[in-house]
Amino acid sequence: MIENPTIPLPEKEYVTLNLGPTHPATHGIFQNVLKMDGEIIMSSQATIGYIHRAFEKLAERRPYNQIAPITDRMNYCSAPINNMGWHMTVEKLIGCEVPKRAQYIRVIIMELARIADHIICDSVIGVDTGALSGFLYIFQEREHIYEIFEEVCGARLTTNTGRIGGMERDFSPKAWEKLEYFVKHFPEKLQEFENLLLRNRIFMDRTINVGPITAERALAYGFTGPNLRAAGVDYDVRVMNPYSSYEDFQFDIPVGTNGDTYDRFMVRLEEMKQSLSIIKQAMKNMPDGPIYSPDVPAFYLPPKEEVYSKMEALIYQFKIVMGEMDVPKGEVYHAVEGGNGELGFYLISDGGRTPFRLHFRRPCFIYYQAYPEMIQGGDVERCDFDDE
Amino acid sequence: MKLADPKRYLLGWGDGNTPGSGSIPVISSIEQSYDFPVVVIAKQSLMDVLSFLKNDPEMGFTFLTTLCGFHVPGYEGGEFGMMYQLQNMQQNRRLRLKIFMPETDLDVPTATNLWPTANWMERQEYDFFGFNFVGHPDLRRILNMDEMNYFPLRKQYPLEDLGKHDKDDAKFGR
Repeated sequence: MIENPTIPLPEKEYVTLNLGPTHPATHGIFQNVLKMDGEIIMSSQATIGYIHRAFEKLAERRPYNQIAPITDRMNYCSAPINNMGWHMTVEKLIGCEVPKRAQYIRVIIMELARIADHIICDSVIGVDTGALSGFLYIFQEREHIYEIFEEVCGARLTTNTGRIGGMERDFSPKAWEKLEYFVKHFPEKLQEFENLLLRNRIFMDRTINVGPITAERALAYGFTGPNLRAAGVDYDVRVMNPYSSYEDFQFDIPVGTNGDTYDRFMVRLEEMKQSLSIIKQAMKNMPDGPIYSPDVPAFYLPPKEEVYSKMEALIYQFKIVMGEMDVPKGEVYHAVEGGNGELGFYLISDGGRTPFRLHFRRPCFIYYQAYPEMIQGGDVERCDFDDE
Repeated sequence: MKLADPKRYLLGWGDGNTPGSGSIPVISSIEQSYDFPVVVIAKQSLMDVLSFLKNDPEMGFTFLTTLCGFHVPGYEGGEFGMMYQLQNMQQNRRLRLKIFMPETDLDVPTATNLWPTANWMERQEYDFFGFNFVGHPDLRRILNMDEMNYFPLRKQYPLEDLGKHDKDDAKFGR
């Protein structure tokens, strides 16, 4: 075993216990080698990268519109947030103003994705503590969200929705109907789920004071998103650097106090309610107008009926599909509040048809290195109680 | 560009001239790139600047958002670069620092003493570009396998077979 040099230990005989590598389909794609003193975890060393897919290298060979499907795969639980984050990065680079209606539609889709992501985190932590029923009940609601995505873009998990400059299509009447159904029925289902876990003695015993982290350590480790807010820091990209008209909406940022697993669970639970309130506000105040910016014909695929009947539309269709677009030189960073934290895109463009360098700031990669410190002193049955 | 008081400049109170440590100019350029101030500094002064930005109460850039490397073949004397992105959460300010170095000297002082989060980030940049982070506690590959003997994000490693020309810029009139 390679020692973890960040955690010095006294000279003693320790037991080495290997966990994983787990299969990619299960949550937590990594191998963990624990160093145990009896039942107590003293140190651990994680090996990640088993399914590393070299997206940063891939992106250097792909035109801008072909990178959106890559971003889906970075977090399949909330793929639309990644898509929109990428589109907004390119829009910032080319200086494109997206119409209000497209921004509101994006907000609805992103908040639905956030709910879907938080549903997975919060229900799977229930499964890990032995409560399978909450997981099964709430997954029906996740299914409703995916049906809305299906209606909007045709895909469920890897959505590739939105385009540089707007949305590819407006919500259909069927999509509005499904959205209204979801908004109406989700609160009671969430309440039901909450009742199963929130004051459950077993759940509380197994999550309170498990994997705690202080606000100082969380900031030092680069935590963002719900895990940082659970530690008591009210940092949210949607509020600090509003994008896509988030400044138009009223919502609260829930914060925890202990930064333990229970607080992380609670923060996500409350964020689902806030997301639902944002969706309701967006539906109520949905502005009329176009769903894409007419200023960027070089990026936005023209409507199919025009492609079949007009020459210019056909030319643009070809140019875009072949990746022939004029992009200014420059470097830009854009961050969105992903399901798990600040998802950033750092893009250097040299004016070519592909990015010169694209760096993703993946929140989970950054804060997973705090794991050995967070589980130190715990026992094995608790070592996987770390959301994400 | 020379600044006497980079602190005032970075706080948005105007500009000045370099404080200067010996013959090395600390700040070689400052510009605004979209919504970010971008400061290019000399590699030798990286640790001084980072700890000043982090520890000075008026600067307060206590959060390391991300860091990454990049490879610019053909940029004489600065083929490799590193980017550090810092954030002041209280005042909602962000800042990007850049350093450049020649291919022959890829030693970079580690930021792990200031931010533990730099540990994996730097391991990643070592893994993909081969930067040697001096003083890093655990400089190993992180995403690629340990047996790998090259640094894949360098520009000399093409993504596809060199015999394929269908995606070359020249084909698109560039």
